[in-house]
Amino acid sequence: MKKTVYLEITALTPGWIALVAGLGAMIAAALAAVWHMEHQGHWVTGMTNQVVWGLPHVFAVFLIVAASGALNIASIGSVFGREPYQPLGRLSGLVAMALLAGGLAVLVLDLGRPDRLAVAMTHFNFKSIFAWNVILYSGFFAVVAFYLWTMMDWRMKRFYRPAALGAFLWRLILTTGTGSIFGFLVAREAYGAAVMAPLFIAMSFAYGLAVFTLVLLFTAKTTGRPLGDRMLIRLVRLLGLFVAANLYFVALHHLTQLYFAGRGGVEAFVLADGGVYTMLFWGGQVVLGGILPLVIAFTGCGHRPRRRATIASLLVMIGGLAQVYVLIIGGQAWPLDLFPGMEVASGFADGRIHAYVPTLAETVLGLGGLAIAALVILLGVTVLRFVPTGLADPEQSPG
Amino acid sequence: MTEISRRQVVLASGAVLVVAASAAAAAPRGQGQPASATRHWGLLIDTAKCDDGCTVCVKACKAEMGLAGHDRPATDPQYVRKLTVTDPATGHRHSLPVMCQHCDKPACVDVCPTGASMKRADGIVLVDRHICIGCRYCMMACPYKARSFAHEEQTGQKPYLPRGKGTVEGCTLCVHRIDAGGEPVCVEACAAKAKGAMLFGDLKDPDSAIAQRVAKEATTRIRADLGLLPSVRYQGI
Amino acid sequence: MAVAMRVLAILLCLLALPSLLALPSLAADPPNPPPAKAGTTCIDAPAVMRRDHPGMLMHQRDDTLRLGIRGGKASLKDCVACHATTAADGTPVPVNAPGQFCQACHAYAAVQPDCFECHATTPPLKTAGGAP
Repeated sequence: MKKTVYLEITALTPGWIALVAGLGAMIAAALAAVWHMEHQGHWVTGMTNQVVWGLPHVFAVFLIVAASGALNIASIGSVFGREPYQPLGRLSGLVAMALLAGGLAVLVLDLGRPDRLAVAMTHFNFKSIFAWNVILYSGFFAVVAFYLWTMMDWRMKRFYRPAALGAFLWRLILTTGTGSIFGFLVAREAYGAAVMAPLFIAMSFAYGLAVFTLVLLFTAKTTGRPLGDRMLIRLVRLLGLFVAANLYFVALHHLTQLYFAGRGGVEAFVLADGGVYTMLFWGGQVVLGGILPLVIAFTGCGHRPRRRATIASLLVMIGGLAQVYVLIIGGQAWPLDLFPGMEVASGFADGRIHAYVPTLAETVLGLGGLAIAALVILLGVTVLRFVPTGLADPEQSPG
Repeated sequence: MTEISRRQVVLASGAVLVVAASAAAAAPRGQGQPASATRHWGLLIDTAKCDDGCTVCVKACKAEMGLAGHDRPATDPQYVRKLTVTDPATGHRHSLPVMCQHCDKPACVDVCPTGASMKRADGIVLVDRHICIGCRYCMMACPYKARSFAHEEQTGQKPYLPRGKGTVEGCTLCVHRIDAGGEPVCVEACAAKAKGAMLFGDLKDPDSAIAQRVAKEATTRIRADLGLLPSVRYQGI
Repeated sequence: MAVAMRVLAILLCLLALPSLLALPSLAADPPNPPPAKAGTTCIDAPAVMRRDHPGMLMHQRDDTLRLGIRGGKASLKDCVACHATTAADGTPVPVNAPGQFCQACHAYAAVQPDCFECHATTPPLKTAGGAP
């Protein structure tokens, strides 16, 4: 087996500087948005007493879920022993940590009291799945850092297999925890259900691979390093498989809800007459994020693999954001059911669909999370040897 | 979380003995005595006496708690609200006040990551705003929409109810009045200015008016099926 | 070798810069907060209070809120009641206003406790009611 050579990318090229400057500007804008929201208070956002988690949380959850899935590539190479994926292991670990950092940054910066992060890290209510997630997320950084160490330092090779297995199990537990943040909420008809945990795992597989593929394609394109078509075909077919799994759990979730007479209202809201939520569900989540990538993955439409991988990954990302938006915000837009079967009205927005209009500040904060992740990846591949140099297709095909 | 000193344990045991021995229903708790699990505060609301347009309890709460709004109904805090419930099949309509139900198994306490959302020994559910990080997960979890988020800088707080920007808040069952031997201001206002639909008392005290009524008359709780065991009981819903 | 010495010299100068931030305090007068209400005594000696009030307040806040123990001596409300001043026309001055009791010392010590983001800055009005 040919030994993979990893090399840092060249820093301080015009493109590199432009990218750093652009991402830096985005992050600065996000920080300005945070300052505005924190200083004025959350009344300047679209979030209210009815829709308490908004666009920042959509981006944060997307990034966190994608983070756990991005580590998948490394796991396929190490835990499942698939050789073609092994050169991608280091980059996979970096992308995973970067995405998680971006997602957590957005989440923390949107807190009502972000200055109390130290309190959150020292006071734990162990009955809260949220508290468990804080521990799981922090631990993820440690676990993946150790995993990367075993991959990048030849003296740590003997810990490679246990580190890989540990990272794989950790991310499954982490994503189960993230899904359970919503699944454990008995109050919310849109998602008080056990299927949220496996749904989130399926989502993580799809989003993580999509983001990783885009990072890989972008890196190969800008550094001029070779990236074989066969690798890309593998990745895009795998993406198709993950998208199919995601669609399966979505279908299962909604079919089950439809079967419960009492949940007919919220299902009609999401699937039929929820306005923007219905549009995002069918158009964004199912078509753009589901059916189209499936078609591209398994039939190709006659396009080159590089193009197919790019389009499919972009579509899955867009569909993913739509899916998380429908879940988090659509789920809050539907009113709480204090009196099942009755019509309720009050001065506190009971009994009616809750409006939510994201403001610029929230959007900029969410995009800032993406920028943080991108900047961490960029700096990582510049400073350390994450990116393989020889991903071209081998002359003879071993398999 | 809180470390309880030996002194407080002794005081607490002393308090338990004292309370068990006397049959004081709502006497002010002595200085230095912790809240005790021998009491369980609750409310009984007879919605038959609740007029549709009446908002006496809501106004009294807002005045007592210093909840000056900013004319932004979507983000202004509201601890108690009047709900109008209409049966679409029959057209029957009635009205009732809904506040934090002070559940015995509160979902908000389960989900709070820092333990800021807490249940006091005597059943009152509170937000410890010293350690609330403003994540709003409790607001996602509460089936009764009991909690509000302080969306802006607060001024003119009442000394007995500190509240501030970026933390979550809700009905405290007027804990500052209860600890001094009084009753919640909504109950008081309803009795003084409306039809006296609300009754407050110690559900664990067999001699209290509320305990005797809930033993004799049928009462229900909102969304009892969720199993959260609210301390607020209703009649006529 | 000369380069290394130059780099070392620059680094040392940079490290010394933050000490310039202490200059204003070298010129500042010690804080002079207004006296407390006449006829009242504090819960402990000023030297003890200066040193221990953060711990006292943090311990008591849990006693009061989480355990429901009322009447503890380190009550923030009572601090405000004694230490808040009134303006010439009788309106109470917030205790965290510039030059007032809490703010005078905390500004000197460059500490910003966030108590008064939530807690009332003026003493309670004398009203009938259940407020302890």
